[in-house]
Amino acid sequence: MSDTNHAAAGGAAHGHDEKYYIKIWGILCVLLVVSILGPELGNFYVMLVTAFGIAFVKAYLVAKHFMHLDTEKPVVWYMLTCCLAFMVLFFAAVSPDVMNHEGRRWVNVSAIRETERALEAAKSAGQHEGSTEHGGGEAAPAGGGH
Amino acid sequence: MASSKPIATTRSATGIPTGRLAVWWLIASEIVIFGGVLVSYLMHRVGHPEWAYQAEHTSLLAGSINTFILLTSSLFAVLAHHAAEHGDGKKAAKLLGLTIGGGFLFLIVKSIEWANEIMHGYTITSSGFWAFYFTAAGIHGSHVIAGMIIMGFIAKDCWHGRELQRVEYAGIYWHFVDLVWIFLFPLLYIAS
Repeated sequence: MSDTNHAAAGGAAHGHDEKYYIKIWGILCVLLVVSILGPELGNFYVMLVTAFGIAFVKAYLVAKHFMHLDTEKPVVWYMLTCCLAFMVLFFAAVSPDVMNHEGRRWVNVSAIRETERALEAAKSAGQHEGSTEHGGGEAAPAGGGH
Repeated sequence: MASSKPIATTRSATGIPTGRLAVWWLIASEIVIFGGVLVSYLMHRVGHPEWAYQAEHTSLLAGSINTFILLTSSLFAVLAHHAAEHGDGKKAAKLLGLTIGGGFLFLIVKSIEWANEIMHGYTITSSGFWAFYFTAAGIHGSHVIAGMIIMGFIAKDCWHGRELQRVEYAGIYWHFVDLVWIFLFPLLYIAS
């Protein structure tokens, strides 16, 4: 089948009307609002769920309903899963050396110093802003914070 | 007489039209690119608690508006695909035009946001956080621009009722760009 013919026949394959896609978009917008408001509660675990958990739900909805990945041939799944597996492999191999600044027989002195320096700068910038009642935009770029 | 169409638009390998298969290959390669950047950011973010203070200076409002814009442009893209499936080239072209408009809006908001941050001294060389921020958002922005250009060419053909199958291919790419932003948004704007 040519691609052009495929396009004409595709409507029957997906079988959704316009209202269906608008409904999915509405759900995505509601999830966006929840992901913005969730962190306002100030709870770390709520933030994790509302920000990152909902990101995965939104990604699932877009992939399934907009990209029609659910009706795609298995070979596409193999391709995408293979690349995602490489990403996981990269994380597993590199993360112990990046997320930690010291191990059994090594110490990343530069990272430790930079973290301490930047945290100190952020704290002093916060104190400065508290005393002068200025906005965060005036803080020092390297470690500035509220 | 030989067909004037290139073989890539008439052949169907692995049961998938070759053009669509190519787009999936492109997306597979993009997963490695964006995945590498996002995973690297995540690792450094965990290792550097001070980045939380720096992330507070990103604009949640701008990020939220841009997320809404991309989600809406994705809706237009899938509606364009729907119209193309039903052989309505003109409607598909108009909807692709709206998708491109969404891309423009996204870039305008992003420009204002970046200009504001740079004016306050937060540049790509300010710190590791800002280096990741500008790199990840910059690579994503370049993909938005590429998608807009491609959709411009496809919309022109659609208007004349030609190559309607390409609407789906551009749509798949655009949805992927939206997908990447869905993960960039909480990483860069919310987790402070």
